[in-house]
Amino acid sequence: MTRKLVIKEVLASLVSMLWFSVLLFPFMVMKVNVASGVAQIRFRWAAMPVIAIAAFVLSFLWRRALIWNEHRGDKLSTSSPFALARAFIQKALSKKPVRRTSLLVLLALVAVYPYALGMYHTNIMITALIYVILALGLNIVVGLGGLLNLGYAAFFAFGAYTYGLLWKYAGPAFVSAGINTGWIFWIALPLAGIIAVIFGILLSLPVLRLRGDYLAIITLAFGEIVRMVLQNSSAVTGGATGISLIPRPWLFNLRLPPRQAATYIYYIVLILVIFTIFVVRRIEDSRVGRALEAMREDEIACEAMGIDLVRNKLATFALGAFWAGIAGVVLAAQTTYINPDSFTLWESIMVLMAIVIGGTGSIPGAIGGALILKLLPEYFRPLAQYRMLIYGIAMIIIIIFKPDGLIPRNRKKYTFVEKVAQDGKAEVQA
Amino acid sequence: MSDVAAPILDIHNLSMVFGGLRAIDDVSIHIKSGEICALIGPNGAGKTTIFNCITGVYKPTKGSIAIEHGERGSERIEGLKPNIINKKGLARTFQNIRLFSNMTVLENVMIGRHNSLKAGIFKAIMRDRATREEEQRVIDESHDILKKMRLDMFINETARNLPYGAQRRLEIARALATDPFLLLLDEPVAGMNPQETKELEETINLIRDREKVTILLIEHDMSLVMNVSERIYVLDYGRLIAEGTPTDIKGNPEVIKAYLGE
Repeated sequence: MTRKLVIKEVLASLVSMLWFSVLLFPFMVMKVNVASGVAQIRFRWAAMPVIAIAAFVLSFLWRRALIWNEHRGDKLSTSSPFALARAFIQKALSKKPVRRTSLLVLLALVAVYPYALGMYHTNIMITALIYVILALGLNIVVGLGGLLNLGYAAFFAFGAYTYGLLWKYAGPAFVSAGINTGWIFWIALPLAGIIAVIFGILLSLPVLRLRGDYLAIITLAFGEIVRMVLQNSSAVTGGATGISLIPRPWLFNLRLPPRQAATYIYYIVLILVIFTIFVVRRIEDSRVGRALEAMREDEIACEAMGIDLVRNKLATFALGAFWAGIAGVVLAAQTTYINPDSFTLWESIMVLMAIVIGGTGSIPGAIGGALILKLLPEYFRPLAQYRMLIYGIAMIIIIIFKPDGLIPRNRKKYTFVEKVAQDGKAEVQA
Repeated sequence: MSDVAAPILDIHNLSMVFGGLRAIDDVSIHIKSGEICALIGPNGAGKTTIFNCITGVYKPTKGSIAIEHGERGSERIEGLKPNIINKKGLARTFQNIRLFSNMTVLENVMIGRHNSLKAGIFKAIMRDRATREEEQRVIDESHDILKKMRLDMFINETARNLPYGAQRRLEIARALATDPFLLLLDEPVAGMNPQETKELEETINLIRDREKVTILLIEHDMSLVMNVSERIYVLDYGRLIAEGTPTDIKGNPEVIKAYLGE
């Protein structure tokens, strides 16, 4: 860094220092004291240098980081320890036995998780895994289809309420018929998926022609409408008080005590996560997934290539909604209590944030993002009041320094080994 | 392709009005099977609007566009949706390149093959034998198309990272992948250097001769237009002002007036 540049940076930082001093003066230095009945202003001058120095240092560091970010592509980053580690991992994972073993180890770890860490951590993990399913589902809509859906929590609510209402209205019949109520969960699970898909298609009909901002606003409104309807139709849904005492799933005819039930739900949600990953991966790497991505990239070109946009959009919303419905049932089963407050706009934004942080369109990214967003706040409870602040800063940093997300999508590579056969067919390894 | 002189696309008295602007005014164009036909005219003459009407982006205000099937009669296509028109065998490229820029080159071409495949969502999840074979087939076919367009060295490259000329060729490759009988090229050599233009000229000829695809192209590069096309339509302010062979057009006073002014 040349001297000239340093001076320029220092000057710029001094300007931000001044600016922040002025900006924060009323908040940090002035304090209005009304205790005595007369408003008195107390000046805490001691705060002034703290603000100034902090603003200067942070501004300088931030500017340095921006410059570094601009130029980091200039030299090949093969020598940094981070890049080396990543190359090593990628190389190791490209070998099938290594990939298999690490997958098995990972599976073993998640399988013993509830026994190793107890009920508290198991419950936290269940919530996080529910979010993983949600993130994977929304990733189809936003990451593959490129349709910004801000009403995703509505489908989550459909799932939860399917189970809740089924319990509320069909539960007594189950009890009087002598069938144990734990079975309702297993009926609700596929049913919720189907109901969410139906509502997904219904929502997609009015928004077929919309894109970008307009689509985001309509879906946002849809999410709020669903929540309002749930809240105000108290005769059917219980209104703001919601539905309580929803049964946890039973292990065959055995009603499990809460601790074991948590472990049981953990395994159920784990299997659902694996199932989701399996399905979503296959969709992504197929004719359907490619068409969705083409739609994200360019709708006009996509249509000119013979792809039916209407069908594509219906499929996108339906596929995304399905997973939210399933996740909703698990949520209802875990918490045994649901009310409309669990399905606010904030939930939709959280899931969207998980995708953006992890890497839009990337399956490992969606998983990682959901785990980070759900697990970290649980383990940093003391910082809970700064949660929004931290999320905001994290989003800005990610968008500037890692716009593709933490684990960006690795596109499938095809290698053609030309055979000199008479038919000239190429051999392909995926 | 036995009957070379038979028209395959019939545009009859086509008009397109945007508010008070008559973008196309009573234009009739007949494309014959197996020919390379050019549509030229000054900027804003309505060339791309005609393309957009043919491919279903716009619904024309008046007139008809029909695919001629010879003895089996003709089929009106104006006002149909772009994907339906593509299925009927008309494929296009775009003036401002519209690739699927974050997808790989091979995937771009595979999208073009979309309608030659059948697998739906459930088949994709099951991934049965038929689906796997179909997937393999589309990979091979797309690879072949890329080889023909001399793009096979870029297969796994993200489309937006391609050099400009290669992006233009990829657009043509993607359009060819939809198995068209008529290819509409919107300024295929815009922004290319003379060397690239020369190469693309050969490619256009090859597509017509080997793939038996009829070509309608819009182009401002007169050397390419004169070299490659057999017939030329000249458009000015939405009106057709001339039609004929390259030599006819070169000497036509109307055309010279439109391009150079009085």
